Amino acid sequence: MDLDTLLSFRWSVMLPEFIILGVATLLSVIDLFMKKESSRKPLAWLAGAGILAALIAVFMQLDIEVTSILYDTYRLDSFSKAFKILLLLGTLLVIVLSSNYKKEDLEENRGEFYYLLLAALLGAMMMASSADLITLFVGLELLSLSSYVMAGLERRNKRSNESAFKYIVSGGIATAITLFGMSYIFGLTGETNLFKIAENMGNLELLKHSFLIVFAFIITFAGLTFKIAAAPLHMWAPDVYEGAPVPVTAFLSVVSKTAGFVILLRVIIICFIAAPGIDKEPILLQVQPYVMVLAAATMIIGNVTALRQRNIKRMFAYSSIAQAGYILVPFVSNSSLLFELIWFYLLAYLFMNIGAFTVIQLLSSQEGSADVGIFRGLFRRSPWLAVPMTFFILSLAGIPITAGFIGKFGIFMGALGLDPAHYWLAAVMMATTLVSYVYYFNIIAIMFFRDSDGTKVSIPGGMAAVLAFCTASVIILGIMPDLALDFFYGNFDVNEFFMQIETEVHTHDH
Amino acid sequence: MNTWLLSILILSPLLGVLVLLFTPSQDEKSIKWIGILGTLFPLGTALVTLSAFNISGKGLQLAEKFQWVSYEVFQTNGDVTYPIFYEVGINGLSMVLILLTTVVSVLAAIASFSIKKDWKSYFILFFLLEMGMIGVFAAQNLFLFFIFFEITLIPMFFLIGRWGYLEREKAAYSFLIYNGVGSAILLIAFVAMFMKTGTMNFEQLANTFSLPQSELNEMNITKNFKMGMLIALLVAFAVKLPVAPLHSWMVRVHVQAPPPIVMLHSGILLKIGAYGLIVFGAGLFPDQFKSLAFIIGLFGVINLLYGAFLALTQRDLKRVLAYSSVSHMGIVLIGLAGLNEEGMTGAVFQVVSHGLISALLFFLVGVLYERAGSSQLQDFGGVAKRMPIFAGVMLAGGLASLGLPGMSGFISEFMAFLGLFETMPVLAAVGTLGLILTAVYVLRAVLAITFGAEKELTNAHDLSSTERIPAFILLAAILFIGIYPAWLSDMLRPTLDSILLGLGG
Repeated sequence: MDLDTLLSFRWSVMLPEFIILGVATLLSVIDLFMKKESSRKPLAWLAGAGILAALIAVFMQLDIEVTSILYDTYRLDSFSKAFKILLLLGTLLVIVLSSNYKKEDLEENRGEFYYLLLAALLGAMMMASSADLITLFVGLELLSLSSYVMAGLERRNKRSNESAFKYIVSGGIATAITLFGMSYIFGLTGETNLFKIAENMGNLELLKHSFLIVFAFIITFAGLTFKIAAAPLHMWAPDVYEGAPVPVTAFLSVVSKTAGFVILLRVIIICFIAAPGIDKEPILLQVQPYVMVLAAATMIIGNVTALRQRNIKRMFAYSSIAQAGYILVPFVSNSSLLFELIWFYLLAYLFMNIGAFTVIQLLSSQEGSADVGIFRGLFRRSPWLAVPMTFFILSLAGIPITAGFIGKFGIFMGALGLDPAHYWLAAVMMATTLVSYVYYFNIIAIMFFRDSDGTKVSIPGGMAAVLAFCTASVIILGIMPDLALDFFYGNFDVNEFFMQIETEVHTHDH
Repeated sequence: MNTWLLSILILSPLLGVLVLLFTPSQDEKSIKWIGILGTLFPLGTALVTLSAFNISGKGLQLAEKFQWVSYEVFQTNGDVTYPIFYEVGINGLSMVLILLTTVVSVLAAIASFSIKKDWKSYFILFFLLEMGMIGVFAAQNLFLFFIFFEITLIPMFFLIGRWGYLEREKAAYSFLIYNGVGSAILLIAFVAMFMKTGTMNFEQLANTFSLPQSELNEMNITKNFKMGMLIALLVAFAVKLPVAPLHSWMVRVHVQAPPPIVMLHSGILLKIGAYGLIVFGAGLFPDQFKSLAFIIGLFGVINLLYGAFLALTQRDLKRVLAYSSVSHMGIVLIGLAGLNEEGMTGAVFQVVSHGLISALLFFLVGVLYERAGSSQLQDFGGVAKRMPIFAGVMLAGGLASLGLPGMSGFISEFMAFLGLFETMPVLAAVGTLGLILTAVYVLRAVLAITFGAEKELTNAHDLSSTERIPAFILLAAILFIGIYPAWLSDMLRPTLDSILLGLGG
C-alpha cells in the first residue's frame, strides 16, 4: 500500500477514534512527566473533554452516508454510529464516577486508569465499526487487555488482584474459543471480511459441510457471549465485579457489555444471515432453540442466584447477567425490531446501571463495606440518594414510567410479534422478572422500611450531576420513549447494516 | 377546557405532591391538611367531569388521543408502524368508579389523621396511588391501563411496608409478588393481543375480535388464541379481585396495612379486578366468556361460601372483614356469570356498594384500633354504652354488608342472584346459602363489639367531629344508593347495554 492509497481514504470517518487515541496518548505522556506526588485528578477533565469531543464528532457524522475505508475493513454505518453514542456516553459517566472514587490504593495508578479506560473505549469503538474479523478481534483484544489491567488497579487489595487474575484467565479462554470459531468461519469461506464471508456462506458448495457451519456458529457464539456475561460463560462476572474498583465495575457492566452485544450482532448476524444450516434451512432459524435456551438459562441463573447475594456488587453482577439474558431475547426472536430493541434497552440500561453504581460507590466508600446493609435507612439519612436509587431499581425491575419498562415492553413485542410467537420465552422472562422483584425490592425495603442511626452521605458535585442526569433520563425515557426512538429512526437506517460497499477504486496497487 | 379535562383529572393528585415537596417534613398539621385539600381537588375535578358528562350518551366521552410511542416494524412490504397512543375517555362505568375513587380518597385522607410518622412521604405516595387509580379507570388502551395498574402497585408496596402493623414487610412482599404475577400474565396477554391486531385500543380490539372467524384466520387469530387470552385475563384479574384460592395476600394486606390504606385497597383497588373482568373479559371476548360462564359462576359461589365460612371463624375483626371482602367479591362473579342485564347490573352495583361499605367498615376498624390498640373481638364488648354513635354507624354498616333492604348491598345481591337464577338456578340456589352465612358472621362480629358485657376500654370516647365526616358521608351514600338505585343504574345503562350487546343478551 503506497502513500497515495493511504491518503485517498476518507480518514475523517475515523475522527472520533482519532480523538480518543490522541487524548489517550496525551494522557500517558502527561502522566509520565508529571511529578509522582502530584494528584492525577485533573487528568479526568482532559479524558472527559476528549470523550465529549469524540461524542460531538459522532453526532457530526450522523449525516454521512455509509462509508468504508481500509479495503472495507472499517465501516461508518448507522449501526456503528448508534452504538458508539452508547459507548461514549457510558464511558463519560464512568469518568465522572472515577474522578470521585477515593481509595488510597487507586491514587498511585490514577493516571494509568484514565488512559487505560480510553484505550478500552477505543477497542469498543473499533468493534462497533469493524467489518473484518481481524480488526474486530484487534478491537476486542484492546478492550479486554485494558479491562484486565483496570480490574487489578488496586494493587494492594487482594480482592482486586483476584478479580484481575480471574478475569484474565477466563477471558483468555473465551478469546481462544472465539478464535477457534473464527478459524472455522475462515476455513469455510476463505475470507475475513464479514460481507464476503456472508456471500461465500451462501455458496451451494458449502451445503455439504453444513454441520461445520453449525459448529462454527456455536463456537463463535459461545466465545462472544463471554463479554456480555451470558450463561454458561458468566461465572467470571460476580468475582470480577466484586473485586474491581467501582468505576471499573460500572464500565464492565455497561460499556463492555454494550461492546459485547455490538460484536455479537456484527459477527453473527452478518456472517450467518445467508448461511444454510442442516437440511438447507437458514441457520439463524435452526439455532434458535439453542440461543433460546441460552437466553432463558442466563435469565434464570442471573436472577435466581442474585437472590442469595449479600454483597451489593455481587448482586449487581448477577443482576447484570440477568439483564444480558433479557437483551438476548430479541436476538433469539430475530424480529425486524432487533436493532432498536437492543439499542434502546442498552441505552436504558446504561442510565439505570451507572446510576445505581453511583449510589453504590458513594455508600460503599463511606461505610467501608459492600454489604447490602449499607442501604439501611438511607431514605431517612439521605433522601436525595434513596429516591434516585429507587428509580434505578424500579427501572431495572421493569416497572412503568421508567425506561426499563419501555425496554422490556419492546422486548416482549419482539418476542411475541413473530409467528410463531415465543410464548414460553416471554413467560420465562416474565417469571424471572418476578423473581428479580424479590432482591430489587429488598434494597428498597432496606432503604425505606428500616431505620438506622447512620450518618448522612455527602454527595460531591460531579456525582450529584451523574445522579440527576441518570434519574432524569430514566424517567424521561420512561414517559417519552419517542425522544430516543425518533432519534433512532430519524438518524439510523438499519438497512445500512447489511449494505455491502463495493470495493472502491483505490486498488491500483493490486 | 373539556378537551383536557380528563388528563387534568388524572394528574390532579399530583398538585398535592407538588405542594408537599415544598412543605417542611416536620410540620405535621399542615401536611395533614394539605393531604385532605390535595384529595379535594381531584374530587372537585371529578365533579366538574360529572357535570360535563352526558349520562344518557352512548359510547366514550371526553376522549383524548395522541400518538405516544411508535415502533417501526420493518417488513418486506415497507415500514409498518406499531403506534401506541395515549388514549383516555370515560363511559358510565368508569365515571362511577372515578367518582367512587375520589370520594373514598378524600375520606381516607381524613382517616389518615391517625398516621403517626413520616406524614410527608405518606401523603406523596397516597397521591400517587390516587393518580394510578383514576388513571386505571380512565385509560382506553391496554398500554395505558397497564401503566396505571402498575403505578398503583408501587405506592401500595411502600404504604403497607412502611406504615403498616407488625408484619407489614411480609404483607408488602406478599402483595407485591401476588400482584406481580397477575400483572406479568396481564402484560404477556396485552402484548400478544397488540402484536396480533396492531392496536391496543379497547374499542378497536373489541371490533377486531368480533369479526367473523374466517377474517380472523387471515390475521392468525384462532379460536384457541382468543380462549387463551381470555383465560390469561381471567387469571390475572382473579388475583386482583381476589378469587379463592388466590386470596391469601389480600387477607394479609387487610390485616397489616394502615386502616386508611385498607379503605382505599378494599374500596377501590379490588374493584380494578372486577372492572378488568367486565371490560376485558366480557367486553373483548364475549363468546368465549359465555362458554366459561358456568366456571365463573362456580368460582363466584365458592368465593361467596368459602369467604363467609372463614369470616365466621375469625377472632380478629380485621380478618372477619377481609374474608367478608372475599365473600362479597364472589357476588361480582355470580352477577357476571348470569350473562344478562340483571346479573351485570348486580355485579357493577356490588362493585360500587362494596366499595362504600368496606371503606366504612375499615374506617371504623381504624377508629377502634386507635382507641384500644387491638381489633380482637374478645377485647371488646358493650361499646354501644360508651360510644353510641360509633356503635350505631357500625351496626348500620354491618346491616348494609349483609344486604338489608334499603341499603346498597341489598340491591346488588338481589340483582346478581336474580341474574344467575335465570340461567343457572341450581348454582344460584347453592349460592344463597352464602347470604345466610353473611348475616350470621356480620351480626356475630358487630354484636360482639357493640353489645354484651362491657369491657374496660382505656380511651373510649365516641367518634370525634373529624371522624364523623367520613362515617356519615359513607353511610349517606350507602343509603342513597339503596333507596334511589335508579341514579346509579341510569349512569351505567349505556355501558352495560353495549357489553350485553356483545354477549348477545
